[in-house]
Amino acid sequence: MTPTPLPATDPIFGKLSLAALPLHEPILIVTFLGVAVGGLVVLGLITRYRLWGYLWKEWFTTVDHKRIGIMYMILGLIMFLRGFADAIMMRLQQAMAFGGSEGYLPAHHYDQVFTAHGVIMIFFVAMPFITGLMNYIVPLQIGARDVSFPFLNNFSFWMTAAGAALTMISLFVGEYAQTGWLAYPPLSGIAYSPNVGVDYYIWGLQIAGVGTTLSGINLIVTILKLRAPGMGLMKMPVFTWTSLCSNILIVASFPILTATLALLSLDRYAGTNFFTNDLGGSPMMYVNLIWIWGHPEVYILILPLFGVFSEVTSTFSGKKLFGYTSMVYATVCITILSYLVWLHHFFTMGSGASVNSFFGITTMVISIPTGAKLFNWLFTMYRGRIRFELPMMWTIAFMLTFVVGGMTGVLLAVPPADFVLHNSLFLIAHFHNVIIGGVLFGLFAAINYWWPKAFGFKLDVVWGKISFWCWVVGFWLAFMPLYILGLMGVTRRMRVFDDPSLQIWFVIAAIGAGVIACGIAAMLIQFGVSIWKRKELADESGDPWHGRTLEWATSSPPPDYNFAFTPVIHNLDAWYDMKTRGHERPVDGFRDIHMPSNTGTGIILAGFCLAMGFALVWHIWWLVIASFAATIAYAIFHTFNYKRDFDIPAATVAAVEAARTRQLAAGA
Amino acid sequence: MSANTVTAGDPVQFYDLDEHAHPEGHSTMLGFWIYLMSDCLIFAILFACFAVLGGNYAAGPAPKDLFDLPLVALNTAMLLFSSITYGFAVLQMQQGKVKGVQLWLAITGLFGLAFLGIELYEFHHLIEIGATPQRSAFLSSFFTLVGTHGLHVTFGIVWLLVLMVQLGKHGLIAANKRRVMCLSMFWHFLDVVWIGVFTIVYLMGVLR
Repeated sequence: MTPTPLPATDPIFGKLSLAALPLHEPILIVTFLGVAVGGLVVLGLITRYRLWGYLWKEWFTTVDHKRIGIMYMILGLIMFLRGFADAIMMRLQQAMAFGGSEGYLPAHHYDQVFTAHGVIMIFFVAMPFITGLMNYIVPLQIGARDVSFPFLNNFSFWMTAAGAALTMISLFVGEYAQTGWLAYPPLSGIAYSPNVGVDYYIWGLQIAGVGTTLSGINLIVTILKLRAPGMGLMKMPVFTWTSLCSNILIVASFPILTATLALLSLDRYAGTNFFTNDLGGSPMMYVNLIWIWGHPEVYILILPLFGVFSEVTSTFSGKKLFGYTSMVYATVCITILSYLVWLHHFFTMGSGASVNSFFGITTMVISIPTGAKLFNWLFTMYRGRIRFELPMMWTIAFMLTFVVGGMTGVLLAVPPADFVLHNSLFLIAHFHNVIIGGVLFGLFAAINYWWPKAFGFKLDVVWGKISFWCWVVGFWLAFMPLYILGLMGVTRRMRVFDDPSLQIWFVIAAIGAGVIACGIAAMLIQFGVSIWKRKELADESGDPWHGRTLEWATSSPPPDYNFAFTPVIHNLDAWYDMKTRGHERPVDGFRDIHMPSNTGTGIILAGFCLAMGFALVWHIWWLVIASFAATIAYAIFHTFNYKRDFDIPAATVAAVEAARTRQLAAGA
Repeated sequence: MSANTVTAGDPVQFYDLDEHAHPEGHSTMLGFWIYLMSDCLIFAILFACFAVLGGNYAAGPAPKDLFDLPLVALNTAMLLFSSITYGFAVLQMQQGKVKGVQLWLAITGLFGLAFLGIELYEFHHLIEIGATPQRSAFLSSFFTLVGTHGLHVTFGIVWLLVLMVQLGKHGLIAANKRRVMCLSMFWHFLDVVWIGVFTIVYLMGVLR
């Protein structure tokens, strides 16, 4: 066979033309108008209040891990609203499309919606959320002033943001993949997906993937190299431990995704035959490779939250964590085991009984360390003086919800059962049960727990509780029907249904999604109300929950340099130890503090990469070459800058610390 | 991390009051090592693809028909020599001789270019006789694995040139020494990967 010639394209605009704008889709036009108006209002307000300089100097170019962490969280939140809009659309479509009704979404649009929902929720919601959380908290927990490579941290963030931006552009220019979130070939190959959707998918993930890998390397090195004196590995807070394992998984798995997607793009762009049906290609090779990344990925997401639950349970039970050592070993076991289970995502491939049994058993084995963790949390609560603050409520909701999700996971791990349940709604219910019940509930626990640290005031409890109950009830309403439907044999990604007896379950699920929407609204109101009432909710102490780890030893929000003097650690619960043994906060003798300087290189490089991604999607070759050359040239230019840090003078440190002393005295 | 031992009797010290800033670039080497391992995983995937798909000739040419082992041996020698010359550059650096470092880096770069030249010649030849990357899954995985390695060597050479300029500008300051060491790891890493390519793709390919 001759190589597939690329279709003739315009030398200037490539495949891009006015036809790429979805002017025939009313839903998209309305969305576009909404986004455009909203965006213009935001841009107008920023200009009106002359905030561009401030945003550029203090945020976009910052190398401060705390600000980068907050930017990651904001990115995650924005993308979460987009991903959830997709979810509501699917729920409505499936609740409507019965009895001859086609629903309101044409197939071409519906298929993009379920693909975009999955991709966005995993790559641009869950990943930014956990990366942001680790970025903010880990350096504080280990008593460091920043991460090991602060510039790289900024660059990583902007690459993630650029990937998200490219994915969002696909909504209004062209189309997104219609392949499902992992884009299995041959469907995602050029023969069956000749348009730009899959290309948006590939380049969005490739750009973001660079950021994720680099931030993984950065955080591993930070944890290994920058711990405060006295903090041996077995004196690290559990959240830092789980972050370490999660980042090891990132570095050990994201390159696999990068390589796999690169091979898919070679198939699409250069006509190679890795995953094609003919000339020796093997689509199942792709499925194997993508899941060798994909399974560790789910542990990348959940492990840091296991750390959060450990911190929250111990703090709000007023006890040290039960079984710290076993917690660490369980985390490490899960880290290793997560590599040995990928095949359970496609038992139906037909690799034979022995292979399937091996992967079935390894999958079941993972539930042992996970179960050990759960018992550790329960024993931490046992005889504790439990305070039912919001983070603790989310933690308890997690324990109840996640256990069910975990057990349905063990069910799916049995190959014969999986042959019945594979790609059914039972699977959808299972992974939403663990991702919402584990990752999202954990994030909400973390946000409620660490918000006062980041901003200096607590979150409003009333709206927090409304959000909590809406989320928990909404979750159970939305996903239990899917278990039932899955057991009845309904497969995933269906757009219309014939059997009218199924409709009631989809209606219940849609109502559940509506209740979750109320939970999201309540959470946004919670943020708004809390910012409004920040004086009343203010926390002067820096330690509003009677915390046990080092991040509570500094002010809220922490100064740029985190700690005027690096703490010395004698105990696992370092801050609790300092409090009980009567530490004296140093009030003089401050020194200059060496800090990294801000730089615009990260956002500029990511901007070039975004342009390159867009050009690659649309085959605008001159722009590909130009933006690639610009990226390389600018990166080289950056390496000629040897002056990358500055000193905060001792006098400034003394002034900041004196203000803190007055604040503490006023609060006492 | 400074050592802070607390002996009994002393009041417990909770802050390091006499601390010194971490020396600049103190964790760069570890970070670079971890980066190399992540890059190694990319090669691992390409090797895995070659291992799985490398026998799928699709009624097209097989390694026996295509590979010219003496040429590949020459190519391998180029890369191995470049690793040795890079080692000489590092030795010169330890003696503080900027010019010597630059000279050996230049020689390393020339060996690298020779390697790339031979590789491009081989690719050109293969494509000319119809053994294109599109011909079969074997050739797809062959070109991608070998080509990715070649791409790495290309970036290594660009980095080498930039570093030579930076050495000329600033001499053997700590930051530049660190960069020489990082590129050294990168260069030797590519050598190790090539040994894998030579063995698994070429030698075992011809045996297949």
